[in-house]
Amino acid sequence: MRLHADRESCISGGRCMATLPEVFDQDDEGIVVLLTPTPAPEHQAKARKAAYLCPARAIDITESPTPD
Amino acid sequence: MAEAEAPPYPQPRTCPYQPPAGYREIAESGPVLKVTLFDGRESWMITGYKESREILTHPNLSSLRTHPNFPIVAPRFRSQIARSLALIAMDPPVHDTYRRYLNPHFSLKQVRRMRPEIEKIVSGFVDRIIAQGPPADLVPLLAVPLPSLIICRHLGVPYEDHEFFQDASGKVMLGTEEESATAAQNLVDYIDALVTEQIKSPTDGLLGRLVTERVLTGDIGHEELVSIALVLLIAAHETTSSSLALGVITLLEHPDQLAKLLEDRGRLPGAVEELLRFIATTDLVATRVAKGDIEIAGHLIREGEAVLVSGTLANRDAKFHERPDEFDVLRSDTHHVTFGFGIHQCLGQNLARLELEIAFRELFTRLPGLRLATDVADLPILGAGTVQRVLSLPVEW
Repeated sequence: MRLHADRESCISGGRCMATLPEVFDQDDEGIVVLLTPTPAPEHQAKARKAAYLCPARAIDITESPTPD
Repeated sequence: MAEAEAPPYPQPRTCPYQPPAGYREIAESGPVLKVTLFDGRESWMITGYKESREILTHPNLSSLRTHPNFPIVAPRFRSQIARSLALIAMDPPVHDTYRRYLNPHFSLKQVRRMRPEIEKIVSGFVDRIIAQGPPADLVPLLAVPLPSLIICRHLGVPYEDHEFFQDASGKVMLGTEEESATAAQNLVDYIDALVTEQIKSPTDGLLGRLVTERVLTGDIGHEELVSIALVLLIAAHETTSSSLALGVITLLEHPDQLAKLLEDRGRLPGAVEELLRFIATTDLVATRVAKGDIEIAGHLIREGEAVLVSGTLANRDAKFHERPDEFDVLRSDTHHVTFGFGIHQCLGQNLARLELEIAFRELFTRLPGLRLATDVADLPILGAGTVQRVLSLPVEW
């Protein structure tokens, strides 16, 4: 899984940081800061939830192709 | 095919925390239908959860209340002030610029720094409730003054004026058309004087910070700051106050759920989210007009047509919530559109969550055995199509 957070469209709702603080933070302006673009496997479900809850749809997820 | 007659909207609640019975018919005709407003005009209404998220992020949905077809759900929203509110009645790009001015002051990080102060304030209110003894009315003793005091402190409005603010913002939201317009003008005049003071000598609150960061830099003028301050005050008061009161009632009316919550206080943030979903204090989460055609769920909303989004019904969409009409503090599907969705999603949402969490924790911890002192059916309620409210909330313990 690879994450992208668009700081231009972010509206500082903080849903991402509330859902997964290990991956999402806010700067002094309240705008999203991605702590890592590649969340650990145990964080991926919450990363999807954070993207779903984002009111500005500022979080994009590229899922890794399943190895089979 | 002839369309079914558009049902009337809004309808008053009979239970303070449940949708009115007539909304069942509206939901059954959803997720997209037409409703009839009090003035006889028709508006589109969105009742589906997915469709609410979709339309609230659609570029052709406009918040410009000066549009002649903009839907008016109650007479008081006809006033000039209501039609020109900063942020709420703005579209991009101006909306986004203003929002960026305010985001730093309401971000999750910033709001978390306010926790100790809010805890202290709530504790003081509960001290007074205990000192007064049962029965106590939680509306004037906690639900109304708490959000008022906190937003006044945050803005840097003198404390001695907070009763004026509380009273005036209540009238703007809930008064008759004439009361609402007069109260709004009184607020504007007061804020105008306050902004003049702040421009002369900015203090440490949000108003003073905005003077330093935005007015003295030339980004915005005096009038714009007045308009922003007005919206922050109005938006902060009634919604949080009503959610607090309706939240207490809902918890007391579901003792099994309250017991689950009290077993583990770590469940409180989830319970607050479920309360926000379930009680949908604002009933309506968006009033808009289409500035271009919008295709949604097989319907074509044409440019210039009015659009309403029902938070109450979207939050209970059975396609997206299991047992949607059940209040369940442990549910994982607490997602809701109570704060809206898209670029206008509530600026103060994290402050509201924190105030509610702290208030519920303090109340149910320090007043064990808390119960309603009257039957829930006897509580006086007010509001249809906008902020749902109880006028009093007598409790014992």
